[in-house]
Amino acid sequence: MELTRSYRNLIRTELIVPMVLLVIGVYGGLMQVLFRAGVLDYDPLLKLLLDTVGAVLLAVDRLFGRETDPLVAALSSVDLRSSIMYYWGLTLHGVLNAIVFTTFFAVAFGNAVVPYFLKQPLNTRIGWLSAIVMLVGTGLAGIAMFSGQASVLYTFYPPLKAHPLFYLGAALLIVGSWIGAANWIPMYRRWRRENPGQKIPLAVMGMFATFIIWFIATLSVAVEVLFLLLPWSLGWTEAVDVPLARALFWFFGHPLVYFWLLPAYVMYYTMLPKVAGGKLFSDAAGRLVFVMFILFSIPVGAHHQFADPGIGTQWKWLHTVLTYAVALPSLITAFTIAASLEYAGRQNGGRGLFGWMFRLPYFSRERWLFSYWIAGLLIFIFGGISGIVNASYNLNMAVHNTSWIPGHFHLTVAGPVLLAFLGMSLYLVAQLSGKEVLWRGAAVAVPYLWLVGVLIFSWGMMRGGLHGMPRRTYLGAGALNPDLQGTPLYRADWAPYAEIAMVGGIIMFAAMLLYFVVFFGTLFARRVREAHLEFPVAEAYHDEPVRALNRLAPWVATAVVLIVLSYTPVLYDVLRSSFQKAPAYLPEYNVPEKQLQETIRQGQSSQPTE
Amino acid sequence: MVRSERVIFGLSGAVMALFLVGLLVLATGFGVDVPGCVTEMKPFEQDTLFQTGDRRWELHVVARMWAYQMPAVELPAGSELDIYLTSGDVVHGFHIDRTNVNLMAVPGAVTYARVRFSEPGEYPIVCHEYCGIGHQQMVGVIRIVQ
Ligand code: HEM
Ligand SMILES: [Cu+2]
Ligand SMILES: [Cu+2]
Repeated sequence: MELTRSYRNLIRTELIVPMVLLVIGVYGGLMQVLFRAGVLDYDPLLKLLLDTVGAVLLAVDRLFGRETDPLVAALSSVDLRSSIMYYWGLTLHGVLNAIVFTTFFAVAFGNAVVPYFLKQPLNTRIGWLSAIVMLVGTGLAGIAMFSGQASVLYTFYPPLKAHPLFYLGAALLIVGSWIGAANWIPMYRRWRRENPGQKIPLAVMGMFATFIIWFIATLSVAVEVLFLLLPWSLGWTEAVDVPLARALFWFFGHPLVYFWLLPAYVMYYTMLPKVAGGKLFSDAAGRLVFVMFILFSIPVGAHHQFADPGIGTQWKWLHTVLTYAVALPSLITAFTIAASLEYAGRQNGGRGLFGWMFRLPYFSRERWLFSYWIAGLLIFIFGGISGIVNASYNLNMAVHNTSWIPGHFHLTVAGPVLLAFLGMSLYLVAQLSGKEVLWRGAAVAVPYLWLVGVLIFSWGMMRGGLHGMPRRTYLGAGALNPDLQGTPLYRADWAPYAEIAMVGGIIMFAAMLLYFVVFFGTLFARRVREAHLEFPVAEAYHDEPVRALNRLAPWVATAVVLIVLSYTPVLYDVLRSSFQKAPAYLPEYNVPEKQLQETIRQGQSSQPTE
Repeated sequence: MVRSERVIFGLSGAVMALFLVGLLVLATGFGVDVPGCVTEMKPFEQDTLFQTGDRRWELHVVARMWAYQMPAVELPAGSELDIYLTSGDVVHGFHIDRTNVNLMAVPGAVTYARVRFSEPGEYPIVCHEYCGIGHQQMVGVIRIVQ
């Protein structure tokens, strides 16, 4: 397949821009562990940055004899020790890492996988339209977040209100990703005409499953943003129905995690076995898994609302049962991938019950991608088990919103998902730029260093969570603030857990630094060959055709029926138990925004005029 | 599908089913349940605590930025407490340490939980949902005496 310049630059842009933002995002993670443990109470690097920018602006103004830029005053008036800075950083951390990086990657990966496996060129005009809409959305939301007008965390629960640009930006990011995926449909149609009767390549089926789930899920958050939050944050509506907004958000929130996970599954099924030196154990199992995700990943959102009012326990139970159903495809995957690895290990000369485990390319510099996948899979063992705890109805009461939860999801989205995406980003950028991956030894060390770090981090977070240590909380200024000793606020018993998490977090950050050195080093290295695009393609060991798994449309229709059945009673309950709407609040003030403005206006008019 | 696949898929399903049965037993037999849908009580502004039975009390809490509006609660060990919770502004959390009470306080709606305190001691209440700049300082306490 010929790679046009526009095509290469499209994918490179979609990978590099979010990678730069990820640098900021994971730096935020480092700050969080230090703030939570009470080691830092302001961000020294941010102070340096603000001071430097302020000084430069001032110098420039002086040089040209201009009046001082109002920005200078604004920058120096930022109170870096204010507690809001923690939530400012946490918002950036959640949005940049878990929304921006993942969404861009999924689109970029699809833009590489779909043309490659279907042998059809991508329409780059539409590809660029999608990228630009996503970039503009990210930029708008970024302005709102960086300027401190959207410190509402990545779940943006009303009635805490963000700047309208935040909601608009989020909506554009989503719409851009829709355009990107819609671009693949004509390619599939053409391929179908040219290859009648053939099975759709598993990788392409996986990417379609990913984006079908994404499309259905994001419809709900689009409704929340466009009809409830945006008009409300613009001041066009007075108040917002909070329980309804939460239900709409969580309709999206769970499938979101499968949107993260499925591109990694595509790599595990269609590429990992090849790189390991073997074959995919069963092609049909892969197809079954993707179909099961389409069926069960959406009608389960109430499992994030076990602790919420306004949803009957029987419906929460129904969503629990369906959530257990969506655990099955991951268990099947665990078996299939392990079987594929065993086959590979035996092909590589492994003998006996366990011997094959020692014949896999864990530390191979040639097959360095393997390390990113296997480390992620090892982390995912713990991520999966802890996920089942979260999904377990009444068991959730022991962990809901404690630091157990971020402990859990750094073992999923910041485990297998992150590592698969990092590995593949490096792989694609190197190929599409005609570069060799530099410092392969370091590249191979990254996932294992991360594995060590994240296991320590999550161990601290999860243990603390079981003792009630909350998530989304600046502990250093509250429960672990020595000034508060002797008050009910002070919780010395949590200190060890916050400190364990800090140690793990520092190791995670070190792993990411190493990765960024390799990634950007490779990007700026000398060109050594023609740009190309080549995926490792695993053959199937068992390849029985299962006709029912070749067409997605009937499964999508079934999924829609399931969604309607599982969500109608939830929405009915939410609406009948929601008695009044809530006005907007800003995170910094404990009175509604309206009242605040009123007070300010009166304050101004009653000021004595001199 | 080969035999090992059939076995493993069957086993996975069986394990998950077993877990579900366990949860159901916990909910019905041991009364460890999640909050349901409250429609008989409207969101309230006033907090209160009153006795409703021999060893039973009812507590109404309004979560607000950045404190719980609730009366001082000091009850004898063995008391059972019916808690009604709402929010007067944004979304808050309500987690009573060392108990299964773990609720969201959502403006516009009321939620409910029942808890029995058998051990004397201090039971801190922690707000575990981000509710603005003062979130990390939002706590409460329930005291249980002999
Ligand atoms: C150096 C690496 C990282 C460290 C030290 C770190 C640390 C943390 C900590 C301590 C929290 C909890 C804060 C709190 O609840 O108060 C958190 C939240 C979170 N992290 Fe990370 N993290 C890192 C990397 C990542 C990555 C790579 C991702 C995703 C790809 C990620 C996704 C998230 C998300 C989604 C949240 C939840 C934010 C929220 O509750 O609003 N993190 N992180
Ligand atoms: Cu979920
Ligand atoms: Cu709070």
